[in-house]
Amino acid sequence: MSYRIGVDVGGTNTDAVVIDDADRVIARAKAPTTSDVVSGIRAALAQVLVSDPDEPVVAAMLGTTQCTNAVIERRGLRNVAILRLGAPATTAVQPLADWPADLKAAVAGPVSIVAGGHDYTGRELAPLDAAGVRRAAAEAAEMRMPIAVIGVFSAVNPEHELRAAEICAEVMGDDQSISISSGIGSIGFLERENATVLNAALTDVARVATNSFEVAVRAACGAQACYFTQNDGTLMALAYARRYPSLMLASGPANSMRGAAYLSSMGDGLIVDVGGTSTDVGILVNGFPREAPFVVEVGGARTNFRMPDVVSIPLGGGTIVRVQGGDVSVGPDSVGYRLTQEALAFGGRQATFTDVVLALGMAEFPVPVQRPELPRDVAERAYQIALGLVHRAVERMRPSRDPLPAIAVGGGSVLLPSILDGNVEVLRPSDYAVANAIGAAISEVSGSVDRIVAVDSRNAQAARDEVREEALAEAVAAGADPRSARLVLWEEIPIAYLPGNAVRLRAKAAGRLVRST
Amino acid sequence: MRRSIGLEELEDIAIGAAVLGTGGGGDPYVGKLWAQQRIIANGPVELVDVDDLADDALVIGVGMMGAPSVIVEKIPSGAELALAFHAVEDACGASADAVLCVEAGGINSTIPFALAADLRLPVVNADGMGRAFPEVQMVSFAAYGLPATPMAVADEHGNVTLLRSVSAEWAERLGRALVVAEGGASVIAQYPIRGRDLKYAAIRETLTLSLEIGSTLRAAGRRSLEVIEALTERLSGVVLFHGKVVGLTRETAGGFVRGAVAIEDLDTRAGGQCEVIFQNENLLATADGVPLASVPDLITILEEESGHPVTTERLRFGMRVFVLGLPCAPLWREAIGLAKAGPRCFGLDLDYVPFEQRLAMR
Repeated sequence: MSYRIGVDVGGTNTDAVVIDDADRVIARAKAPTTSDVVSGIRAALAQVLVSDPDEPVVAAMLGTTQCTNAVIERRGLRNVAILRLGAPATTAVQPLADWPADLKAAVAGPVSIVAGGHDYTGRELAPLDAAGVRRAAAEAAEMRMPIAVIGVFSAVNPEHELRAAEICAEVMGDDQSISISSGIGSIGFLERENATVLNAALTDVARVATNSFEVAVRAACGAQACYFTQNDGTLMALAYARRYPSLMLASGPANSMRGAAYLSSMGDGLIVDVGGTSTDVGILVNGFPREAPFVVEVGGARTNFRMPDVVSIPLGGGTIVRVQGGDVSVGPDSVGYRLTQEALAFGGRQATFTDVVLALGMAEFPVPVQRPELPRDVAERAYQIALGLVHRAVERMRPSRDPLPAIAVGGGSVLLPSILDGNVEVLRPSDYAVANAIGAAISEVSGSVDRIVAVDSRNAQAARDEVREEALAEAVAAGADPRSARLVLWEEIPIAYLPGNAVRLRAKAAGRLVRST
Repeated sequence: MRRSIGLEELEDIAIGAAVLGTGGGGDPYVGKLWAQQRIIANGPVELVDVDDLADDALVIGVGMMGAPSVIVEKIPSGAELALAFHAVEDACGASADAVLCVEAGGINSTIPFALAADLRLPVVNADGMGRAFPEVQMVSFAAYGLPATPMAVADEHGNVTLLRSVSAEWAERLGRALVVAEGGASVIAQYPIRGRDLKYAAIRETLTLSLEIGSTLRAAGRRSLEVIEALTERLSGVVLFHGKVVGLTRETAGGFVRGAVAIEDLDTRAGGQCEVIFQNENLLATADGVPLASVPDLITILEEESGHPVTTERLRFGMRVFVLGLPCAPLWREAIGLAKAGPRCFGLDLDYVPFEQRLAMR
C-alpha cells in the first residue's frame, strides 16, 4: 500500500488531497493561495498530512496556474533569443509580429534566421547552417538568455532542430534553457514559434515552481517523485516540466476535468465547472479533455499549444443580478470572493445568482444562509437568463445529438438544476470542490506523436502503425506502465492542395504511472 | 477615387477576404502580417480604380499557389514576389504600372499589398474572381479570353520559372507541377493585362468591398445578428440556413479536401437539415436534399457567436452557424463564366440556377 498526493494551486485556493493505491480519497484540504505559492502548498499539505501516514507517500503531483499567471501578468518572464531554421524561407514575416507591445517588450531578444528546415515531405530546404546556429547560441549565451529554436516543418522532420539544440547546448552550457518547437506545437510556423518563445520565456517561472514544490513535498512527506500536470491532463516529471513549462498553461481546467471524470466514473461527458465569477464548460473524450482546435491566444499571442477546449461564460455564484427599467440582467460582473459579505443571502446588499437560486428554493446550500428577499418574477427571469447561458455553452460543446451527461464540479455547482435544457442530466459527484487536486493525483503519463505523412494505399497501414507504436513507446519511456498504456487519441487530418494524399496523423497514448515501490 | 491602404485597412481586408473565401482560399493571416510589415517599412499603399488606369497601362497579377497548410508553415522569404513580377515584366518588355489582385477571397487578397508596398506601386481596386476559386483558369480575365501567361513561378530559394502556355488550363497544370516540386507553395505572377482590357474583364471594387465587409464585422463586435443583417443587406445575400453542425466528413482526394458538413435547424427543431458540400471552398448547399445555392454563387458559413467566417478546415461539431448565400459577380452567371467555374467544373451533376431563383421557387 502506498499513497499519492495531488495539489492544485488556483487563483484563490490551494487544494490538496491524499489518495491510496485504489485511487480512493483519504484526505482533502483547502488553504488560501499565497503570493509566494510555496507557503500555501505547505499549509494545504500540513492539513492533509496531519499524522505521519501509515504507508509511504510515493509521488506528489502538482497542477499550478503559476505559468498562466506569469504570461497574463507579464511577470517573471525572460527575454528570449529566437533562432529560426529555414532561411531564406520565413523572412517575409518577422518573429512576434503581432504580439501585444507589453508582452513583446517582456520577451523579445535577438533574432537569427539561418539556413535549414525541411519541406512537407521531410526533405531538406537547405543544409543546416551550423556556423549560424553557433553564432546565435554564442549571442544568447553572452546575453544570458534562453533560446527558442524553430525549424520549418519540424513536425514532419525534427532533425535540424535536434542538431541545432545539440550545438546550442555545446556553446551555451547546461544551465541555459533551450526550447525546440517540435516538442511544443504542431503545423503553423508562426503559432508554433510564439508557443516556443513563450516556453523559453517561462524558464525562471518553471524553475521556481518546480523547486518550491519539490522542497515543500520533501519537507512534508519525503515523497520520492514529484510530477507536474500538463494541459492535456497527463503528467510530466520534474526535469521535463523545467524544459516544457508551457505545457503547464491551462493545466487547471484539464485537472478539473480529469478529476470530474474520475469522481463520476465517466469516460465521456460534459464538464461544467461553476466558480464564483465564471463557469467553464469542457468535454471529456475517453477520459481526457478534448483539445481546442487550431489557434489559442495566450496573453494576446496566437499559439498552437494543445489546450483543453473550454468555453468560459461569465456566470458564477457571485454574478450580479440587476433590475433596470423593468429589465432583468445577469452579469457579466461578479462580487467574486466577496460573496459571503455582499450577497443578500449573507446579509449583504447585492443580488447575485446565488440569491436567485436560493430565493426560488432550487438548491440547498452547504452553510446556513437566510432566504434572500427577491421578487419572484425577477428571480424567475434571472434564473431563466442564467440557465440560458449555461445551455448555450453546453450546446456549443456537445459533439453530437447523442445524449451526454454533464458532470458538475466547483463550489458553485450546487446552483445548477438536475436536468439542463435538451435533456442533459447533471451528475454531482462527491468531493466536487477538490476535483482539481484529485485530477492531479490520479493523472497518467502520456506520449504523443504528431506527424505529416504521405499516405497512399500501399503504405497507409504501415504509417498508421508506426505512429501508433511510437506514441505508446513514448508513454512508456515517460514512465507509464506498459500493461496499462493504451491509445487515447487518434486523428487523421487531410492536408489540402497537395498530391499524394498527405495526412497529418496525431496519436496520444497514456498509462498509469509505474509504481516505484 | 483613390484610397490609401494602411495597417488598419489590411485588418479589415483580411476579414472581408475570409467572407469572400467561401470556406477556402487559405487563411489571410500570413499574407496580412507580411503586407503589414512591408507597409510599416515603406508606407501605405494606394488603391486605384480601374477607370483611373490609362488604356496602355500594364498591370500584373500576383498571389500564392499551393497548399494553404504549407503556406502557414513554409512562410515565404519575401523576395520571391518581386522576382516573379519582374520576370513577367521582362517577358512583356514593359514596366508595370500597378499590381493586380487576382483573387479577392482568402490569402491572395492581402499578398498584392506586400509587393505594392515594396515597389511603391498602387494596387488596382478589382480582382478576377470576386471570391476564391482554386484554379488559374477560374478567373474573369480567362473567361474573356485574356491569356494567363507569360506567368512566372518563384520560390524562396530564388528559382524563377517563366511559362508560356496555350491556355489558362495549361498554365494551371504546369504551374501546379512546379509548385509541388518547389515544396508545395510558391508565388506566381500572372495575367499581364493592359488597362483597356482590364476595363471590361475585371470584377470591380472588390477590395473596397472586402474592406467594407471587414469593417462591418469588426465594428459590430459580438452582436452577430446585426452583423448578419448588415452583411446580407450590403451584399444582396440571404441567410440560407441557421443551425448547428451535427455531422462532418472530410477526405483528401487528388490533392483537395473534399467533404460535407451537416447542419441541423435550430429555429424550428422540426428536423430540417442543411448540407454544405465543399472541395476546399464551399460548393453546394442543400436543405433536405433540395439545392439552395451552388457555386459560382458564394456560400459562406459564419460562426453564430462572433459573426466571423469559418473556413472548412475549422468547422467542427456543435458549432452554431449561419449559412449565407451571396450572389457571385454577374459574369459567372453568363455562359462564358459558367464554362470556367460552373457547378460542372467542380464535378457537381447540377445545372446552375441563381440562388435567388431557387429560393423564389420554394
